[in-house]
Amino acid sequence: MSKIFKRIYTYQFLLPAAIVYLVIFVVPTGLSFFFSLTRWTLSDWELIGFDNFVTFFKEPSLSIGFRNTFIFAAVTCLAKVAGGLLLGVFLTSKIRSRNYLRSIVFFPTLVSTIAVGIVFSMMMHPTTGLLNTTLAWLGFEGPDWLGDTRIALLSVAFVDVWRGIGFATVIYIAGILAIPAEYSEALQIDGGNAWNKFWSIIVPLSRPATNSVIILSFIGGLRSFDLIWAMTRGGPGFATDVIASIIYKQYQGGFYGLATAGNVILFIFVTALVFPLSRYLNRTEVDL
Amino acid sequence: MRQTRPWLASAASAALIAGLLAGCGGNNDSNEENTASPSASTSPSASESPSASASPSASEKPKENVTITLLTDNTQDGVAGAKALIEAFEAIHPNIKIEHETRPQGSEGDNFVKTRLATGDMNDVFFYNSGSLMQALNPEQNLMDLSNEPFEANILDSFKPTVTFGGKQYGAPVGSTMGGGWFYSKKIYSDLGLTVPKTWSELMANNDKIKEAGLTPIIGSYKETWTSQLIVLADYYNVQAAAPNFAADYTANKAKYATTPAALRSFEKLEETVGYYNKDLLATTYDAGLKMLAESKGAHYPMLTFAVPAIVQNSPDLIDDIGFFAQPGDSADSNGLTVWMPGAAYIYKNTKHAEEAKLFVNFIASVEGVTALSKVSKPSGPYVVKGAQLPDDTPQVVKDMLPYYDNNQTAPALEFLSPIKGPSLEQITVEVGSGKRKAASAAELYDQDVKKQAQQLGLDGW
Repeated sequence: MSKIFKRIYTYQFLLPAAIVYLVIFVVPTGLSFFFSLTRWTLSDWELIGFDNFVTFFKEPSLSIGFRNTFIFAAVTCLAKVAGGLLLGVFLTSKIRSRNYLRSIVFFPTLVSTIAVGIVFSMMMHPTTGLLNTTLAWLGFEGPDWLGDTRIALLSVAFVDVWRGIGFATVIYIAGILAIPAEYSEALQIDGGNAWNKFWSIIVPLSRPATNSVIILSFIGGLRSFDLIWAMTRGGPGFATDVIASIIYKQYQGGFYGLATAGNVILFIFVTALVFPLSRYLNRTEVDL
Repeated sequence: MRQTRPWLASAASAALIAGLLAGCGGNNDSNEENTASPSASTSPSASESPSASASPSASEKPKENVTITLLTDNTQDGVAGAKALIEAFEAIHPNIKIEHETRPQGSEGDNFVKTRLATGDMNDVFFYNSGSLMQALNPEQNLMDLSNEPFEANILDSFKPTVTFGGKQYGAPVGSTMGGGWFYSKKIYSDLGLTVPKTWSELMANNDKIKEAGLTPIIGSYKETWTSQLIVLADYYNVQAAAPNFAADYTANKAKYATTPAALRSFEKLEETVGYYNKDLLATTYDAGLKMLAESKGAHYPMLTFAVPAIVQNSPDLIDDIGFFAQPGDSADSNGLTVWMPGAAYIYKNTKHAEEAKLFVNFIASVEGVTALSKVSKPSGPYVVKGAQLPDDTPQVVKDMLPYYDNNQTAPALEFLSPIKGPSLEQITVEVGSGKRKAASAAELYDQDVKKQAQQLGLDGW
């Protein structure tokens, strides 16, 4: 009797949180799986099996969408890891106005994504934008950053890195500062230089920070929508469409069932990529 | 930080995504509630209205005083127009008082109107779109049949199909039409000695000459993707001339853009314009396009005539440099204008004041009604009420449209004849216009896009 009571007793404390989790996360997720199998409007639904998934996969821009989503996530993730690490090392070194520089790097993260997108799309205007007028002044002819289908996605990725690198840097600063000073002292005694310190201490021992940055920016990249929408709306044509922007366009068109199916696909896609990635990263993490 | 459990991390990321999904679902729910609540709040205003009209009921008039209500959208233009119509009407009929109420625009407004109709709270008279949106209101059940009203004799035939459902007419036009076609710079035309083209090949020959002269033949503003659809949409007069049943067959899934030569031609025309646009076509906005047109930095701009008020406002002294012609077909014999029809006034079927509401609607569709409206709301094209004149200060570019109306050379745009319009058309036309996709492949792609719309609407035959 008392054994059972003890068991229940502990679970009682979980109950409030469990209810919130159930109502806000589990039920809607379940519902969205159900509605992805229907053609629904605000007042009415009709079960149509897997037709939505078939239509979604036939969507002409979808193959581009998958490719773009992956490229965008991978490119922004790598750039944020490399850039964040270098900035992190720089901003933890003994330099003047360190705190001032730290806040400068973090500022872009605080600005509204839509505003960033609008400003950059003006700067990237092929004839009147700041970028190309500067290049013209220097004697080069700049490309059509957002109009050329070959580089449009990379232009948006560049802006995303500019905006997100401050956050990665902050994680790295915390990670680097958490490395105990003994390692550096040992290195000094052994006669290592700054280069050795970077490769042998900072890179391996800030691994937890690296993992966080990779996971966060990769998930963020896979789901990215706001910046792409503000800058190109998935265009020109379908050239910068990602899965999220395709889903949004289906909602806009009033195809609720189709859009819900798209969300389920995105969910599976993200999980399929992130789950093994996070397992791998955690397995290879080293002890401090 | 060390050795976090992998399943925990992935569960957390799953929860994040689930949260995203949950967010989407929640939004839609709240939409529904939003639209429901305003309709509930109408009941007090309805109970107030009799007392309001009771006070001025002096014994001067033998007729009983009646108050009816009018629902319009809340745009500045819409409100000013409604007030002008009410004022003019009340001056003629002192015993009828009209209370004005507004609703949001866009899809929120659609939900508002549908909710009121569904709950039986609709105003006596309301203004709403004609064409496919009107068809979605379930007219037989919700709207009063106006087929036999006197104003019907006064309306151009081309308007009638856009408010007809099941052979009955339900609406009276409010406001002016607009044309879809080609604005052109009269300055460039006279400098190069060009004439207004009557066939597509003449137009393209003009474009060649303009290009040779080192000028931009066609202004493209594809940064705002909707503007890329104009050549395809404004070609509908020519489609209809060659395939008169296209709209009906298209709605019934019997005709396709890719397999109907006349319809495919619309995409081909767009493809033929590739290379004639301004270089920064993909980064140019609609406003920038208008500016280029006004300053004659480009010779042509395929656009709707609702652009005229914006040009008048931004470049008032340049408006007379601009002219307008319909998108030509392949033969000079069938040259006509594709027209976007005005919205309409409808009467709620269960209104208690049918007689008064009909008087008001007849007034709206009369020459007097149009005159009252035109004083506050500048027309973007001719009116569909016979005998209604454009105001004297109307720019010549709008008057350029008149001959098409006088010679009965107009056709409504396809969106007024068929409820299906694919949402990806603007992306597809951007691809065609910027030379990234061929016309035949674009037409095929658009046919697939349209299928989703038809299925969502639950049309027969899809």
